[in-house]
Order: sequence, then structure tokens, then C-alpha cells
Amino acid sequence: MRVSFKWLKEYVDIDISPEELAEKLTNTGVAVENVEYLNKGIENVVIGEVLEAVKHPNAEKLSLCQVTTDGKNRFQVVCGAPNVRAGQKVPFALVGAVLPGNVKIKKAKLRGTESQGMICSALELGINEDSLNPEQKEGILVLDDSATLGTSIIDYLGLDDCVLEFDLTPNRSDCLSVINIAREVAAILGKEVKLPYVRFKEIDKTTEKVAQVEIKDPDLCHRYVAKVVEGVEIKPSPQWLQHKLRCAGMRPINNVVDITNYVLMEMGQPLHAFDYDFLREGKIIVRKAHKNEKIITLDGNERNLTDEMLLITDPEKAVAIAGVMGGLNSEVTEKTTTVLIESAYFNPVNVRRTSTALGLRSEASIRFEKGINIETVVDAVNRAAQLLQDLAGGRVLKGVVDNYPNPIKRTIVELELNKVNDILGTNIKHDRIKEILKSLNFIVREEKENAITVEVPPYRTDVSIPEDLIEEVARIDGYNNIPTTLPFSATSKGQKTLEQKLRDKIMDIMTARGLSEVINFSFINKTNFDKLLFSEEDERRNAISVINPLSEEQGYMRTTLLPGLLDTLRRNIYRRNENLGIFELGKVYLPKGFPEKSTLPEEKWTLGIAVRGTLVSHWQNKGTVVDFYYLKGIIEDLLIQLKLNSIEFKPCKDNPSYHPGRTAYIYVEDELLGILGELHPQVADNYGLPQRNYVAELDVEVLLKLGHGPFMLKQLPKYPAVNRDLAIVVKDEIPASDLLKVISEVGGKLLVDIEVFDLYKGNQIPQGYKSIAFSLIFQAEDRTLTDKEINDIHEKIHKALADKFKASLRA
Amino acid sequence: MRTQLEKIKSEVKEALNKVKSLEEVNELKVKYLGKKGELTQVLRGMGQLVPEERPIIGQLANEIRDELNKVLDEQVKKIKKIEQEQKLNLETIDVTLPGKQFLKGTKHPLSLVIEEAKQIFMGLGFQIAEGPEIETDYYNFEALNLPKDHPARDMQDTFYITSDVVLRTHTSPVQVRSMESLTPEVPVKIICPGKVYRKDDDATHSPMFHQIEGLVIDMGIRMSDLKGVLLAFVQQMFGPDRKIRFRPSYFPFTEPSAEVDVSCGICKGDGCKACSYTGWLEILGSGMVHPNVLKYGGYDPTKVKGFAFGMGVERIAMLKYNINDMRLFFENDIRFLRQF
Repeated sequence: MRVSFKWLKEYVDIDISPEELAEKLTNTGVAVENVEYLNKGIENVVIGEVLEAVKHPNAEKLSLCQVTTDGKNRFQVVCGAPNVRAGQKVPFALVGAVLPGNVKIKKAKLRGTESQGMICSALELGINEDSLNPEQKEGILVLDDSATLGTSIIDYLGLDDCVLEFDLTPNRSDCLSVINIAREVAAILGKEVKLPYVRFKEIDKTTEKVAQVEIKDPDLCHRYVAKVVEGVEIKPSPQWLQHKLRCAGMRPINNVVDITNYVLMEMGQPLHAFDYDFLREGKIIVRKAHKNEKIITLDGNERNLTDEMLLITDPEKAVAIAGVMGGLNSEVTEKTTTVLIESAYFNPVNVRRTSTALGLRSEASIRFEKGINIETVVDAVNRAAQLLQDLAGGRVLKGVVDNYPNPIKRTIVELELNKVNDILGTNIKHDRIKEILKSLNFIVREEKENAITVEVPPYRTDVSIPEDLIEEVARIDGYNNIPTTLPFSATSKGQKTLEQKLRDKIMDIMTARGLSEVINFSFINKTNFDKLLFSEEDERRNAISVINPLSEEQGYMRTTLLPGLLDTLRRNIYRRNENLGIFELGKVYLPKGFPEKSTLPEEKWTLGIAVRGTLVSHWQNKGTVVDFYYLKGIIEDLLIQLKLNSIEFKPCKDNPSYHPGRTAYIYVEDELLGILGELHPQVADNYGLPQRNYVAELDVEVLLKLGHGPFMLKQLPKYPAVNRDLAIVVKDEIPASDLLKVISEVGGKLLVDIEVFDLYKGNQIPQGYKSIAFSLIFQAEDRTLTDKEINDIHEKIHKALADKFKASLRA
Repeated sequence: MRTQLEKIKSEVKEALNKVKSLEEVNELKVKYLGKKGELTQVLRGMGQLVPEERPIIGQLANEIRDELNKVLDEQVKKIKKIEQEQKLNLETIDVTLPGKQFLKGTKHPLSLVIEEAKQIFMGLGFQIAEGPEIETDYYNFEALNLPKDHPARDMQDTFYITSDVVLRTHTSPVQVRSMESLTPEVPVKIICPGKVYRKDDDATHSPMFHQIEGLVIDMGIRMSDLKGVLLAFVQQMFGPDRKIRFRPSYFPFTEPSAEVDVSCGICKGDGCKACSYTGWLEILGSGMVHPNVLKYGGYDPTKVKGFAFGMGVERIAMLKYNINDMRLFFENDIRFLRQF
């Protein structure tokens, strides 16, 4: 909502600056976003008359004009506008004038001809483009013949004004009216509102005689008022009216249309002017559209209607979509002489549905859908009649047709006065409460000692419960007067759930291991499933789709964290960040029977990790090249720190996104926790990633389920540990985990730790074999172990490895 | 004999002056004081002395031996010290070269802000609640006093999953879910951080972003309590010198409603570019829980009152860390992330 400051001042005496007013309004809940001054630096631009306009001798598209500003002196001006003609009154920038943007006008020579000034277009004067018609956008601004020569264009166009640009909350749609804003201003400043004095003559002929209104759906049209004005002369509106509309961002069209827009802006009541001669029998029928009925609206578009939409029709055709837009067939044109003015109240929800369904929002629909003042429907049509008489020479027919089948009562709210301070924590006196409500035109109907009964003004459709009144009191008294206290509540437990703590711990461990947390969008493009080489049957392809995504890129809810992680790798690599360790702790979204069998899908917390490149490089060493074991180490550390038992890594060959020879499933207590491995080279290619990349996906719920709570300290050993190394040669395909398992079993309780400390394949040993070396640590809780004891166990271990895996000792 | 002894003494002292290494000191020691050393040799001749002279010469000899031992030891110390100094000198390194790099993992700035907010509110007795991101129309809108066709639904451009299920447009649905699970217990004190979604994408809007919702329900809760709790939060999050300001606003689920501004940290409220010369920065929306919402949550609005607030985590992170573009949060440039 944009309102001329001068216009607002017509209704209420404002003795502070626009900026001060804007701040006060903002602080009381009707926010002013901006104060825009219309004169953007114009100096010395006056009204001139074009005396002559002939073709420039040396240029096809230029005109050579003679302009006067006093009827005597003549200025020779070269003008490039196509619409310049002799006899026009125009804005004329004299030599020495300044235009918006600090453009200074100097004497100039154009194609060999001297030019002493410039004829201006509307845009050159800084006028809002939205308020111009196409001709005005392209050529010079042609003024009324009545404009006075030599006077300032600033006065003529009303540019010594500013526009308050409101940012209204949806509840305050009443402020889509200049008068209602004036009421708000009056309440804040403690002034009175001056309403326009509506006075006009009526001829003997009555509106009722020439017009009828039938409402077929009183639920959708609560009130319909019509008034007829004859003998109107269609012409441009006077400048003062055009100015106000331009300030509002509306384009002046002709006096009749401008008057309806003027009343819409002034009173918040949308009006529509029909050319009466195109209404069959002068009869208005308000009904729902027939199935597949069509209408061409004022903007020239054909609209397909549904039987939910409300229409204004005459006995044979639709003439308007109720509350949204008029039809082209009954539009006011230059030939119109008699108009029927519609002023109505349509059902807000229905208007909203219709305008949403048609994708057609108008100044009318945005007011109707929030509810307008049903009591001033007649006042608005009378205001229009007055202006039609004054500005279009119309003859106003007597009375109106007012079809208002079920009058709506005003809202009554009872307010316990103590409740105001109870809710706000303030100490506002009861008299002050009443005074504030009265200043906002609430009428106190009944007064008890501690309660009042209040009648809500009909334009305040947002007020219906005591809390609404309390807000009114609070905002006018000033939110800054609300004190600062803390609740008197009982002590409460400030805490996180176990699951939240687990997620915190995971984050701590990941960052301690040098990984940086990333947050990716929850939506993905479905093409990711192909890029990840998912089979057609892969359940992760069954992703939840967004009906109205911003783009295909964001069409589906992710079922895996991989796309986000891989895109993040690529984005970083493109920016020359090639060495990366990242993780994301976020949700994946799995249908699990949604929407058929469950109300909502499953949202599953997942940990995703991606590492690549060379990390921790330093001048002393070249850094650690990330490989499978780097990532595995991170995960092992995570599992150890979370105190998980029975961890197993099993080779995984069947996950299509991972390298079949370098991937493992992670099991904890025989439950699948996740997967880690090298990203399949083809997948890396698909994401534009250089080789090699290592990724992992872990199910956080499994971690939560199996993570063991508080742990108990293991007592420090009292007796020394003995370290023995064991190096064996076995077939390459025997996994280390099998060897470790046997060593651990045979070693029994006294073997407290095993470490792999070397792995060798090469010339020293037969092909297809590997040498693997273990460091075994023996220790007893109750004694110092003897050499013999250790040698015996060591021997047993060796024998077991030899029996089971044909392992031989390596010297 | 006396002269012999004196001669030895002066010889040793003189020799010592030229000695440079520990070996040379040792040689001297052996030469003069060793078993076959000169001093020992001299003392061997004691027997030839007259008995009266023996004790005198003996004492002198002992004195000289002690003195020589002492100067020799001193010399040893001196040389050791010099040698050590030389060694240390050789070991000198360039201390200006950079130290070992340890891989530094970092939490995302949004996680940092969320965690800090959790800690602040936990200190005030709040529990951390959570709820689904894919949410029913009922919890996202209806139970928040936003029936279908309510014009205020335009305030939030919504992503739809089905006609009845949406990507939550705010964390407010957790208000009703929490109330339902806790009623009739009081006080209810929860905050809920999480992802939310709106159909918006530019330098200041992202289709996915984060909010922290807060809800307090108890008997006798007042709007001044809301102010107090938010002031405590703001001063812990941004610094003890910050102020807050309430402006009237509108949310369908609160009445009265307030937009909350925090005083600008750059200009301290005087007005600068960062705060558009107002001295204030908008950080959150809040208000007293609408009676209808209390009813939806299973509480009796005539008995209890409540307040609620919702803040944008990105907004807070942007203010706190001077981040100027919303998109930085989700591009995950490692050079951005590693700064936190």
C-alpha cells in the first residue's frame, strides 16, 4: 500500500514530518517500509507550450521545436520524441535546469542546430513507471491544455509530496484504505479524523427503476449495491486525482475508472463501473458460474471458470468475476454515457479461492479476500456518484439498489480489565485502557467495575477476542512500556534427550578427527539415483516428491546423504579445495508406506562422511594420503568412543555406488550399522570428481540403540605387560580379521591386546602370499607372567594359525 | 722438595691455561696427580726428609694436591659448559618455521549457533524438543490458528508433498506437538531447533533454512516474561551490552504479537549501514500464545497462558559472524567452514 502523504493530510491534521510519522506508525504496528520523495531533484522545469514542431533539417527522427514559457519568448529546442506536436503543453527544462539523477541541462548543438533546453518525458521527471501508459513511457509527457504557462512542473504534477510505503501485516487489511490509515494516525497523534463531505444532486429518475439486483448465492455475496449515473463524459481525470493514483502505483485511465480506483484507495471499498448500455435489461444477477463457462476479463484474457466461482451476470451473459475482475464486454469506453456502479461485499474465502485458482490478483481481490467494511458499501457508491457528478458531468439517479439479505451484526467483545495487565505484565490504568480503545473507535457499550463490553468498529475485522483488544491497548500504549521480567515458574529440567546427546557426541568425535561439518539441502534431483548407479529396484529410488519444487534440482527429498556430500566435494574441487574431510549429520526421508499407509514418512538421522586427497601436509612431511584405512580409522574411533562392542567389518561387493573391492559393511552386535568404502570410480566420474574418494554412511538410530551407556573404569594393571611379535606368511586372500579372530581366541584372557604392525607383499615372499606381523601383548591381572607361560601361548597361537590358514613363520 | 712441589703447582696452573678439552685436563691429572704422577713421585721421596720436616712437607703436599684437584675440577666444569654451549649453538633451529599441522575439524556455523542457543535456554530450564520436517497441514497451519483459505497462509510460501502434507514452513508445529504430549503438565518450557522450508531463493532467502522455536506455558505467564527471557537470550548470544525492542506485529498463532529487534552491535545503536541507519536489527517474531492454539494443544486458556517465539538461525549467525550472503551456509566451501 502506497499513499500520498498530502492525501493522508486531507483527513487528519499531521504536524510531524513524514519520517516521524512513519516511525510512530511502525512502532504501533502499521509498518511503514519507506518514505519516498517524489521530487527527485528537479529544478527549473516549467510548463511550456510547443508553438511549432517541424522535422529537423538534418535528422530523420528529430523535431525542431519552438517552445514558449510565457507566450512571448521563444526557445529553439531539438526534440527526439515521436509524439511532439505544435499546440501541446509540455514540461520544459530551461537551460540551467536540473533533472533527477543530477542531470544538468545546458545549451547544446544537435546535428548542427542549437537547442536551448529540453522537453521532458515522465520518466525523465522521475515519475513511477508503473503509473504510466505506453505512450507516456516512450514520448514526452503531454499536459492538460489548462496547465498554466511558466509555472513549475513540480506544482503541476504534485511532486512536492512524498509517498508512504506500507508493509502491512495480513490482519491489518483495513489499512488498505487511506481513511483507515488516517484513523490510525489520529489515534496515535490524538487528533480527529475529517471524513470527506459527500454531497451531490440527484435527478428524479430512480436507480431502482432502471436497475435490479438478484443474488442467487447469498452465502457468497452478502451485499450488493448498485447506483446508476447518466450522461457521463469520459475524459482524463484532473491532475490532483491522477497524482494520488500515481502515488499509489496505479495508472490513470479515464475519469470513470479513476474514480472507482480513487474510492477503492480512499475507503478500501472496491467498486466496479459497468457500461450500463451493455447490461441487458439493467439487470444484475449474482450467481455461480456454470461448468466450463468462460469470460474475457478486462485484461483481454479468456478465463475458464469452475462452478465454484461467483459471477456477476446479466440475464444472458457473465459481465464480471465477482470481486476479482470485470469483463471486457461491459467495460467503460470512450463512448460510454451511462454507468452502473457496483459496490458489494463478497465472501472472502470464495474470492481468495477464485483468484488463486485463476492466478489473478487485483486491487479488488486483495481487499475482498481479507474482508472489507460491509457497513460502508453504500457510502462508497455515493462517494463515487459525487465524483462522477463533479468530474464527469454525470447526472446521478436517485437512490441505490441495496440487496443485503442478511445484515451482519457488529462484533461485541467483553474485556476483563485486569486481564490486560495480567497478560502484558504492565500496570496500565483502567481509564487509560478505555481511552485507548475509544481513540481507535471502539465503542464501550457497557461498563462494569472490572469489565467493559466493547463494540468493534466494522472495518476492524481482525478483532474478535479479548486478546485482540489487549494487543490494541499494548501497541498504542507502546510495547516499550512493557517491563522486563522473568517467569515465576517452578524450576524445570533444562535438558537434552539421550538421542540429542548422542548426536552431539558424534559431532564432537567427527570434528576431533579433523572433519568439517557440512549442511546440504534436504531436496535432491532424481537424476542422482542414476549417477549413484542405483538399480531400478533400489528402494532408495522411492523418494518423496515435492509437488511444487522451485526447480527440478529440488524435486525430491533425499533418501541418501551421498548426493549432497558428493556435490559438496565437487564444488570445493572446482574452487581448488582438493583435500577434503567432511561429514553431515542429517536426516534422510523414507516413505515407509507414506502416503497410503502412514500419515507421515520416516525421517531417519544418518551420518555421512566423505574424505579425499592429502590431509595434514606439512613442510616436514608430505602429509597423509587419504585411503580406505584413513576413513576406517575414523569410524573405528567413533565406535570405540561410543563404547560399542562386537564391531565387525565385512567385505561388501554389492553396493552399486561403492568400489566392490574396497568397501565394507559395518556390523555392531550383528546389526548392520552402515557402510564405508571407496566411491565407485564410475560414480566419481558421474559427479565430476577426480579419483579417489572415500565415503561412509551410518545409521544413527543403530548407534543409539547399541551405544552402551555409562561405562566403568577398568583397573590399571599392577603387573608388567610383555610384548611379543609374531610375523607369519599366509595366502593373500585370507582376511586379517580371520587371523585376528583365531589369535584372540587362542590367546585367551592373558592376551590383552593385538596390533597389526606390518604388512608386506613382494619379492621376499611367494607370489599370492602376504606377510603380516602382529604385536601381541600379554598380561595377567594377578601375577607377573613367566617366559614359559608366554612361550606356550605364543606357540599355541602359531600352531593354530598354521593349522587353520597354513601360515608359516617369517624369519 | 718444597721447591719441587711449588714448581709442580705452578706448572699445573700454567698448563691449565692452555688446556681446551676434557681429555687434556685428564692428561694433566694423570701426569701430576696420578699414581705415577709427578706429585706422587715427589711424595715418594718423603722418606729421605728429616723427620721434623716430614709433617710440614706432607701438609704442604696435601694442600697442593687439593688445590690442584680443585682447579682441575673447575676447569672441567668450565670446559663442559663451553662444550654444551657449543653443542646448543649447533642445535639452533629456525623457530619461525610453521608448527606441525593438526587436522582441525569444525562444526557448521549454524550448528554452533543452535548449540549455543540450546545451552542458553537449558540454563533457563528449557528442554530441547524436536518434530518432523515433513509435517501435516494440521500441525503446520490449522492447529496454529491458520485454517485453510486463511490469507495469512500467503506469509509463508509452502512446499507441498500431498494436499495435506507439507514441508514445515516454521518450527511452530512443534509447539502443538509438545503441548499434546505434555498436557496437563506445567510449566512447559521447550525450544525446538530444526530445518524449515519455504519457496524462496535469493541472497537473503534460502528454500531450506533453520529456526529455533520457543514455547513457555504456565499459570500467570506475562508478555513481560517473554521480554525478560528474550533479553537474557540476546545478551548471552550477542553480548551483555545489547538491548532489545518490541514492535507490534502479527502472527496468527500469537496475540498480542511482537517483532523483536536487537540493538546493532556495529554502531551500538547510533545507526550504520548494517542496520539501515535504524540502530536496530530484526531477529525474531514472538507473542503470547493465541487461546485457540492453547486449546488445540489441550490446555485451558482460561487457566494457563504462554508465550512463544521463533527465530531464524541463519539470521543470528549472519549477525554474529558478519556473514553477508545466505548462500554461503549451504555451499559448504571448506575455506568458509574451517573458519569456525
